[in-house]
Amino acid sequence: MQADLNVILPEIVISVYALAALLLTAYTGKDKMAGMLTWLTAAILVAMALWLSTSGVGTRTAFGGMFNDDAFARFAKVVTLVSAAAVMVMGQEYMARRGLLRFEYPLLIALAAVGMMMMVSAGDLMALYMGLELQSLALYVVASLRRDSVKSTEAGLKYFVLGALSSGLLLYGASLTYGYTGTTLFSGIIASAEGQAPIGLLIGIVFVISGLAFKVSAVPFHMWTPDVYQGAPTPITAFFATAPKMAAMGLFARVVHDAYGGVVQDWQQVVAVLSLLSMFLGGVAAIGQRDIKRLMAYSSIAHMGYALMGLAAGTVFGVQAMLIYMVIYITMNVGTFAFILSMERDGQPVTDIASLNMYSKAHPGRALAMLILLFSLAGVPPLLGFFGKLYVLRAAYEGGLVWLAVAGVIASVIGAFYYLRIVYYMYFGEDQEPLETGKSPVQWGFLMASAALMLLGIVNMFGIEGMAQAAATTLVN
Amino acid sequence: MDNLLSITTFIPAIAAAILAIFLRGEDAAAQRNAKWVALIATTLTFVVSVFILVGFDPNDTGFQFVEEREWLLGLKYKMGVDGISVLFVMLTTFIMPLTIAASWNVTSRVKEYMIAFLVLETLMLGVFMALDLVLFYLFFEAGLIPMFLIIGIWGGKERIYASFKFFLYTFFGSVLMLVAMVAMFAEAGTTDIPTLMTHEFAFESFSLLGIQIVGGMQTLMFIAFFASFAVKMPMWPVHTWLPDAHVQAPTAGSVVLAAILLKMGGYGFLRFSLPMFPVGAEVMTPLVLWMSAIAIVYTSLVALAQEDMKKLIAYSSVAHMGYVTMGIFAANQQGIDGAIFQMISHGFISGALFLIVGVIYDRMHTRDIDAYGGLVNRMPAYALIFMLFTMANVGLPGTSGFIGEFLTLVGIFQVNTWVAAVATSGVILSAAYALWLYRRVVLGELVKESLKSITDMTGRERAIFAPLVVMTLLLGVYPSLVTDVTGPAVEALIGNYETALSEAGAANDVAQVAE
Repeated sequence: MQADLNVILPEIVISVYALAALLLTAYTGKDKMAGMLTWLTAAILVAMALWLSTSGVGTRTAFGGMFNDDAFARFAKVVTLVSAAAVMVMGQEYMARRGLLRFEYPLLIALAAVGMMMMVSAGDLMALYMGLELQSLALYVVASLRRDSVKSTEAGLKYFVLGALSSGLLLYGASLTYGYTGTTLFSGIIASAEGQAPIGLLIGIVFVISGLAFKVSAVPFHMWTPDVYQGAPTPITAFFATAPKMAAMGLFARVVHDAYGGVVQDWQQVVAVLSLLSMFLGGVAAIGQRDIKRLMAYSSIAHMGYALMGLAAGTVFGVQAMLIYMVIYITMNVGTFAFILSMERDGQPVTDIASLNMYSKAHPGRALAMLILLFSLAGVPPLLGFFGKLYVLRAAYEGGLVWLAVAGVIASVIGAFYYLRIVYYMYFGEDQEPLETGKSPVQWGFLMASAALMLLGIVNMFGIEGMAQAAATTLVN
Repeated sequence: MDNLLSITTFIPAIAAAILAIFLRGEDAAAQRNAKWVALIATTLTFVVSVFILVGFDPNDTGFQFVEEREWLLGLKYKMGVDGISVLFVMLTTFIMPLTIAASWNVTSRVKEYMIAFLVLETLMLGVFMALDLVLFYLFFEAGLIPMFLIIGIWGGKERIYASFKFFLYTFFGSVLMLVAMVAMFAEAGTTDIPTLMTHEFAFESFSLLGIQIVGGMQTLMFIAFFASFAVKMPMWPVHTWLPDAHVQAPTAGSVVLAAILLKMGGYGFLRFSLPMFPVGAEVMTPLVLWMSAIAIVYTSLVALAQEDMKKLIAYSSVAHMGYVTMGIFAANQQGIDGAIFQMISHGFISGALFLIVGVIYDRMHTRDIDAYGGLVNRMPAYALIFMLFTMANVGLPGTSGFIGEFLTLVGIFQVNTWVAAVATSGVILSAAYALWLYRRVVLGELVKESLKSITDMTGRERAIFAPLVVMTLLLGVYPSLVTDVTGPAVEALIGNYETALSEAGAANDVAQVAE
């Protein structure tokens, strides 16, 4: 028992902190402490990330195999925690000025982080579900944080209803898996499902994957994404676009390789189709969008398609490619949302992309950073976004999915169009009253840092490659 | 100097970074500083690149000045030049200072303008020096970003449409090449270009979706690369982005586009398509040759009908690039030597022609041919230079234009007489549109009221044309300057190509006997 608790110590620390802070704020000044709590929560998340990345060695399991602590889990956790902390810090000023900075916000994010850590460490279908629900419940609430706004509550409700549906699908799949293999432990499932899966298990796999596809917002389970992205306050949107995506992809990889790793052929085609549809729908549907938050929703759908392409390869390299793709995707999104957060006019947030008209004249530095991020999102070399695509393309090719690789590059051309259109507004548009974006130095810092990483990362990617490889190797065997 | 190539490549990028970080403001002093920094950087690049040419040994057919470092994903940062690429490097460094000098009158957002051109130079140089597949792709594609901005920000009325068309057309062309590159990486286990040139890719025919693919993998990879280079070149029928881009781009943008960017397609054919996929190339050669012949005749006819000077020259560029593809796929010494010569010479001539249009556009702000006439009366020096480059464009003996056309036609005649016959008729057509343009713009009485006060070329403008005039005439009377450098490398290329083909032929025979 002692040993088991040692393994989950980071999770315990964050949970205890969150509960203690909840008690404290409930008895004292409430929202006055929210600003301080945001920074404190971010600091704790980053500290846990540092701890995980420096202390962890080898593979440990706890609670009879229900919880894994391995290189893969640590990689995913570090990315999740750091991005959650980053988004929280950069949105703090936005929330405070609009009276949204309640003390629940950082604490809910901390609890969601615990859920996400559970997800990527899960070694059992029950543990998986626990983690997923802990994360989701926290997210449903933060999505509707702006209680007096119809859009925000609508976003929360929509997210909740569709999320509940996906949880149901997932549970149904899990019960089928249990029925056909007699166990919910991943190690047990993989031992009994080898070679040709029985038809019942196959249906179970499809249901589990559908449930997970909801969480990563892959087509055709993406419908909630644009509405939630648009309706939720922008810092929350930024959060949705980053940390939970990493956790959900980590969970996805965990389940298909750890539990269903014996029947790769059976789920590979499903994931490949999800990937194909996401890339194309994300690209095509974004063309008509005028709202930058909605546009980013479709952009993230397309990006999830590319990440799934790596996963669809069903190889060690595929998982490595997926992890690298996710890290790059999250870094780009943190920078992009730092910019979107800063977009305002007369103190009111603006999300119409036409408002960026001739933005480059008023703020050349920020416009240049945004230009770099947009081309990186489009996957144009020499920026880091291109290397993400290169990794997944190679994974898909080597996994025998040449058709998917070809489709992926064609979709990337379609996708390039809407990123270019933002560049067009910023650089070629007509003069108008410029946007104010100079308020927060934190946002400026994240925007610039993210753009610089896209440019400098091409030298050696800061060693992410080796770490992702180590992580992928422990997951796939 | 172990890393002369990297130094050459990154001088402009460093200058661009200096401009981006340190230069503030939009006043006249800042503008002047930006121009001078750009001019000095590009000139310095040219001076450094001269050392490459001086130290280059034409008789060594391998890669020289090679640099190699480890990179991501098992890729390498590897640079090097051989007889085929070294002259393109020189062409780039030679043209760039001229384009900066030709942009001296730009007044809007000068700093960004200079940064875009400096970054573009780095990327173009990288394309010609890269010896790693992905590194090549990186430079090749990244050039789209500054060019997109150059057309979009400083272009003419329809610049938005033109810039999007340019970007999406060329981007679409290249992504298939990326898939082929990934396939090559997976098959050969390396992205090292010299190694890949000796690697034999599978050429057994197979059927895909019910279609029999002769030449197998090689043909598919050839097509993927061809899609990219043909768009870049551009070849008929995927040339339609070029006139739009040219017309809308600012003068300097047109010059870079015509003089250097188009050459990347031809260079790609020589570096990748022929040596790496010889069987695929052989299978596709008839199609490519006929596409080239059609391009020469069709676009020349289209050029005849143009009302816009830049558009006319743009179509003439497409026609001249037709000679290049024809020469390359003739796959013999004269053909390929001629193709390279034609590309270099076209770099000078088309660059000069776009500058010539720029000179009067700066004065009158119109490119309509009808708006001019009788310029010789007030602009004698201009008329003389225009005359020289018109003749060079037509391919008059004594100018460099003649050598390129003649060599490629000699090359193709040995391979396919019919294509040669069709292509030769293009020579006459090119004389027709070029001379007619000259007559309508320069000759005759000066009757238009608006032209009565037009002034002749300034000293700065004359100075820009001087190097181009010298090069055009020098290469015209002394073509060995180019062919001595390219000859041995081209010979080796053809030798390898034919060996690969005969081996493939033998292998196919064995396979047939076995069946």
